[in-house]
Amino acid sequence: MASLIACPHCGPRPKEEFTVRGDAGITRPAPDAGEDAWYAYVYLRDNPRGRHREHWHHTSGCRRWLVVERDTMTHTIYTVADASAEGETA
Amino acid sequence: MTSYRLSKGGRIDRAKPLDFSFDGKPMQGFAGDTLASALLANGRQLVGRSFKYHRPRGILTAGAAEPNALVTIGEGGRTEANTRATLVELYSGLTAKSQNRWPSVDFDLGAVNSLLSPFLSAGFYYKTFMWPAAFWEKVYEPIIRKAAGLGRATYQPDPDSYEKCWAHCDLLVIGAGPSGLAAALTAGRAGARVILADEGFEPGGSLLSETAPVVGKSAGDLLAQTLAELSDMPNVRIFSRTTVFGWYDGNVFGAVESVQKNTATVNPNRPVERIWRIAAKQAILASGAEERPLVFGGNDIPGVMMAGAMRSYLNRQAVAPGKSTIIFTNDASGYATAADLEAAGLDVAVIIDSRPDAARTWSGKARILPGAVVVDANGGRHVKGVTILNNGRPETISADALGMSGGWSPIIHLACHRGAKPAWSDAKAAFLAPEIQEGLTMAGAAAGIGSIDACLADGAEKAASALQAFGYSNVIAAFATAKDTATVSKPLWRIHGSKGKAFVDYQNDVHLKDLGLAVSEGYGHVELAKRYTTNGMATDQGKLSNINAIGILAEARKVSPADVGTTTFRPFYTPLSFGALTGASKGKHFQPVRKSPLHDWAKKNGAVFVETGLWYRSSWFPKTGETTWRESVDREVLNVRKNAGICDVSTLGKIEIFGKDAAEFLNRIYCNAFLKLPVGKARYGLMLREDGMIYDDGTTSRLGETHFFMTTTTAYAAGVMNHLEFCAQALWPDLDVQFASSTDQWAQIAVAGPKSRVILQTLVDEDISDAAFPFLGAKEVSLCGGKLTGRLFRISFSGELAYELAVPAGYGEAIADAIIEAGAPHGICPYGVEALGVMRIEKGHVTHSEINGTVIPSDLGFAKMVSAAKPDFIGKAMLSREGLVADDRLSLVGVKPLDPATTFKTGSHILSDGAVPSLENDQGYVSSSCYSPNLGSTIGLALVKHGPKRHGEHVTVWNDLKNEYTKAVLCSPVFFDPENGKLHG
Repeated sequence: MASLIACPHCGPRPKEEFTVRGDAGITRPAPDAGEDAWYAYVYLRDNPRGRHREHWHHTSGCRRWLVVERDTMTHTIYTVADASAEGETA
Repeated sequence: MTSYRLSKGGRIDRAKPLDFSFDGKPMQGFAGDTLASALLANGRQLVGRSFKYHRPRGILTAGAAEPNALVTIGEGGRTEANTRATLVELYSGLTAKSQNRWPSVDFDLGAVNSLLSPFLSAGFYYKTFMWPAAFWEKVYEPIIRKAAGLGRATYQPDPDSYEKCWAHCDLLVIGAGPSGLAAALTAGRAGARVILADEGFEPGGSLLSETAPVVGKSAGDLLAQTLAELSDMPNVRIFSRTTVFGWYDGNVFGAVESVQKNTATVNPNRPVERIWRIAAKQAILASGAEERPLVFGGNDIPGVMMAGAMRSYLNRQAVAPGKSTIIFTNDASGYATAADLEAAGLDVAVIIDSRPDAARTWSGKARILPGAVVVDANGGRHVKGVTILNNGRPETISADALGMSGGWSPIIHLACHRGAKPAWSDAKAAFLAPEIQEGLTMAGAAAGIGSIDACLADGAEKAASALQAFGYSNVIAAFATAKDTATVSKPLWRIHGSKGKAFVDYQNDVHLKDLGLAVSEGYGHVELAKRYTTNGMATDQGKLSNINAIGILAEARKVSPADVGTTTFRPFYTPLSFGALTGASKGKHFQPVRKSPLHDWAKKNGAVFVETGLWYRSSWFPKTGETTWRESVDREVLNVRKNAGICDVSTLGKIEIFGKDAAEFLNRIYCNAFLKLPVGKARYGLMLREDGMIYDDGTTSRLGETHFFMTTTTAYAAGVMNHLEFCAQALWPDLDVQFASSTDQWAQIAVAGPKSRVILQTLVDEDISDAAFPFLGAKEVSLCGGKLTGRLFRISFSGELAYELAVPAGYGEAIADAIIEAGAPHGICPYGVEALGVMRIEKGHVTHSEINGTVIPSDLGFAKMVSAAKPDFIGKAMLSREGLVADDRLSLVGVKPLDPATTFKTGSHILSDGAVPSLENDQGYVSSSCYSPNLGSTIGLALVKHGPKRHGEHVTVWNDLKNEYTKAVLCSPVFFDPENGKLHG
């Protein structure tokens, strides 16, 4: 993983300040979406090689949840956006 | 004759003699010496024994690649094994010891291994120690480990301190040789923030030992002028004694700085080593090149040295390698060494040059043998001469020193740390890293350039273009363009016809035949050969050996080195001390300690503390005369149930929740309803995970329309906060809700027992009668006649009439004192988490012993808390899964022994009465247990199949670890006051 993550609120900060949660490409289904949709949301994850969007928490910083798009192979970070603004920036 | 100090010359300060010792023998060197140069100056050339064969070994290099001169430095807790003498800056009082020898480095019994060497070839472990299998661990491995080896670590604690810090710069220049200095000067003049890092104690690199003119000046003058200019620049920082050991993502470099490794009198207020993480916009790798050894018989005998190292010791520290020196070279640098030796008045016996067309420009005294090779160096503990093949004719020549040069390999390690592969260049006869990668540019000898003038020009030019990458325009290179005048020779990977062992990897005792064996046995692939022979796997990571090994494999396989390829370069470039990596995180600084605001109050009341995570919590409060913890806990429990008790619950997580959608938010977070919780009321809440399992529990109170106060369990405080933030920010950003953790802002005190109201009423200004402040009341209160405002909650974990009072942390101790004082006439006592635990088990209240990640609300009797009316909450969708609605799920039940004189332990399993103990017959397990002084018996909570339907059933509690069986009965989990009469009292 990259040594530095450019938090949109705090600037580039060491990765030790952040906590990864996992795939940000999945959307929480509607309550009545059915078993399959919920099973996929809770349990099924891809492990892509290359570009990947993940939720990262700036735990020891501004405490905002971020969406980090990075390359799992080269560790390049392409974009970092606030998770709440994700709809606008994605 | 051995090596010795010349009476003049060098960069040492002869006015500053330094006393040190080697293997107990006192010696003297000068400021400016390394330990290696000082040993050589004292005639000490045999300094260690080799790893496997215990062959006598001397100092081979003058730098980081040294494979032989590994010594143990220091005494006691400062003992540092496997230190390269070539990098140790000499200081007064230094003590050094040789390694891997017994009884002494000069007479080593382990050398018998040399006689056994026919049996110790590559792969010998796998072939020799096959049977009997059990012998490997008990017999063979211990013997091999004892015989082979490096220095020994000390068991004493390291008395010194270490630190870690960050540095930031526009341009990081790695290596302060000609290219690095030129790069730093160029960038410094342009105004960029520059860090120039070099592993040596004196910047300069090859300029320190260069005698030929450089850009028309003496190398020494050029170095002095450049350093003077750099030192005057406020934007340039020079980090000497600093090894950049790794290149990491985001253009962050790891470096270790030796701060006080050059002194016997360590200042305890400063670190001895410092790890830097350097965030650089751009970096120049000017790490230079490594001279390759030549692979001939006896190339490891003390007195055989790299020609460049010989030149460095001669010119920097005025050390003569011996009385008469033979140079064996395949490259021009052998001639530079020969010339400097002759200039110092030393005899060069002969220059043996493997190239048939050698040295048309040599003007020295020594004769040259073109087209000749050394097949064997002769000697035992010291070189006595060589056997050569001169155009096919064998010949022996005597000498007491042998300098060798097989050409130069660029030092490209760092450039390959992030996945770049080195590529073989026929033109340079070397493996080169990509010249420019994002953030890192190779310069000078590290990029395959030979002559110093061309290195200066290259460093300057590369810095100028690197700076342009981020906005510096028209940067003027500090040195003019210069043509590389160095010639590249065809590499000589090995000498044919040697009688003695020709070493490739000195440190791991891998010789030519081992590599041949690897190829003939099918392990010719570079990665296989490495593991089969251990070539390149020693602490030097093959700095001298890898390229030769690749060349030898290529020759054996009749392919180009390009087809063999390299093994992978990984950090660290050189070994790091554990101390440096640990930094300040040791002893009491290993992890933070969290203390409740009532810690000192508890301490003065005699608390025994228990570590729970980072917290120290008061466990029990022994009174004079109590000899066991159970005595204290039983007393505390009985007293709380009879009179009253006070307990510190400040470690519970506390979260302030604000916003007009706070109620809606909590309604989605908890499985039970919170939308209509009235202001002034607390409610017990269950928080699920999205998979339906219970995540955490606690009470949340509504202090205002848009203000809630949540408590979490101590262990999950941080996790719940992260969870709330994720839900608010990522799942439902449209909700207006904000959080602040206030765990450390409040001292929270539980006051429990039938007399708790009377006691608290003396402090609380408002009426707290049952009518005015009923069960689950929650409100802000005035305390001590308006002196303080706190928060009062009528909640109970003990099952007694009870309150929790929260006051600002700084007032915690005073309020706790006041409660004790007010409660004294009523028999109040402080109680700890043990008594708290007993009382909650007596009442069947669950904690994370039950909420263990496998239970859903109905398992714990909370089925009715799961709201059917709410359209959505975290965990709702998955709760209806097949496995979560199965009727034989493990569910909460009480358990107690039939005979109160018997007992059982938490974790024991439940068997149906008379069932054979087996996993198939397992009915569940005891999740919590304690001795209840109110019931006079052990009691437990258990998770059992069909648990609630089996009250009254006789079972066996089975502890297979201790082979214990206890007859018991399943019952309601509420052992005490099931009508909750006391709670509402």
